[in-house]
Amino acid sequence: MSIFETSTLGVSGVSAESSLGEAVSTRSNVFEMTQLAESAVLRPLEYGMFPHEVRAALAYRIAISAGETRLAEYYAASVGNEFNLSDSIMIEGEPESTLIPFIDKAANDTKNIVAEDISKLQAVGVSDADIVRLCELIAFVAYQVRVAAGLRLMNGAI
Amino acid sequence: MSKVLHKFTRKVPKWRPRVEPVKLDDATPAQLDALKVTPSNTKVSEYVLTLAHDVESLKVRSPLFNAIMYDKGGMSRTERELGALAASMVNRCVYCAAVHADRHAKLSKSTEVTDKLLARGFHAELSPRDAAIFEFARKLSESPPQANADDVAALQKVGLRDDEILDLILSSSLFGWANRLMHVLGDPIQPDEDV
Repeated sequence: MSIFETSTLGVSGVSAESSLGEAVSTRSNVFEMTQLAESAVLRPLEYGMFPHEVRAALAYRIAISAGETRLAEYYAASVGNEFNLSDSIMIEGEPESTLIPFIDKAANDTKNIVAEDISKLQAVGVSDADIVRLCELIAFVAYQVRVAAGLRLMNGAI
Repeated sequence: MSKVLHKFTRKVPKWRPRVEPVKLDDATPAQLDALKVTPSNTKVSEYVLTLAHDVESLKVRSPLFNAIMYDKGGMSRTERELGALAASMVNRCVYCAAVHADRHAKLSKSTEVTDKLLARGFHAELSPRDAAIFEFARKLSESPPQANADDVAALQKVGLRDDEILDLILSSSLFGWANRLMHVLGDPIQPDEDV
């Protein structure tokens, strides 16, 4: 795969022929590793309580809330039409009242996260390993959103 | 219980996880490999042991982090630290902000810039170049990102080359990632107290 076919560069619209493409090529290792990170975070072998389709749906949710339409569309392609996020990660007796608000807060209101946000997840039975997995997913997509947004701005400016 | 720090500082705190880190004695071979634990290297931070719960992510994130922050060429390491600091201040990751304010001070051999940022936050008066860098990184780090074409033009106006702007995008975005681990999964506490 050429780095320009990686999802992050693909959604940002940077082509190999553009002048930005030259600068990007000097950091080809970073874009290769970003793609590896996407695979590790979105499609891991050990997915815990978050199967691949749930992860893609969460990535869609985070990307769309950040205004990254093209990245959101990319993730939406991995999610079936019948898929319902709220149902899929509902914990028995604890519907979306815990997980979805946590995901939205960690993604979009990070500065206001407090210890209780984690203890609430633990209280409904989310394991520590799953909490770490979930945070890695939220955090990676937050990174990818900003790289794509920044590159698109740069691409328009040079 | 040790006091949780809420104010930005350059004195690097200790980090106390909100979840139980992986115990080295219980670690799987894959975790030990990702942790790079060898008989001569058994010192692993609580933070890394926490991230070892998701070993596949940990294994790819560390080399990516090092490439973005330390690879040669492009933006100076000092200015990449400024991008990391801006993101950490937006996300109020007191631990990350301390580490990267401290690195900025050491790399630039001056506390002038970080003194101003710690004292005045987003109202600090910086040199035109530092101000353009900090402002772009701050706005890119907001949710949703607020950086716009004028901010890129401001970077170009103070003389940043394309490869430097690219590194700024990468370093500040990377801290959108790191902050959402460090600030979400743990608390910064007084460095002179036991974790």
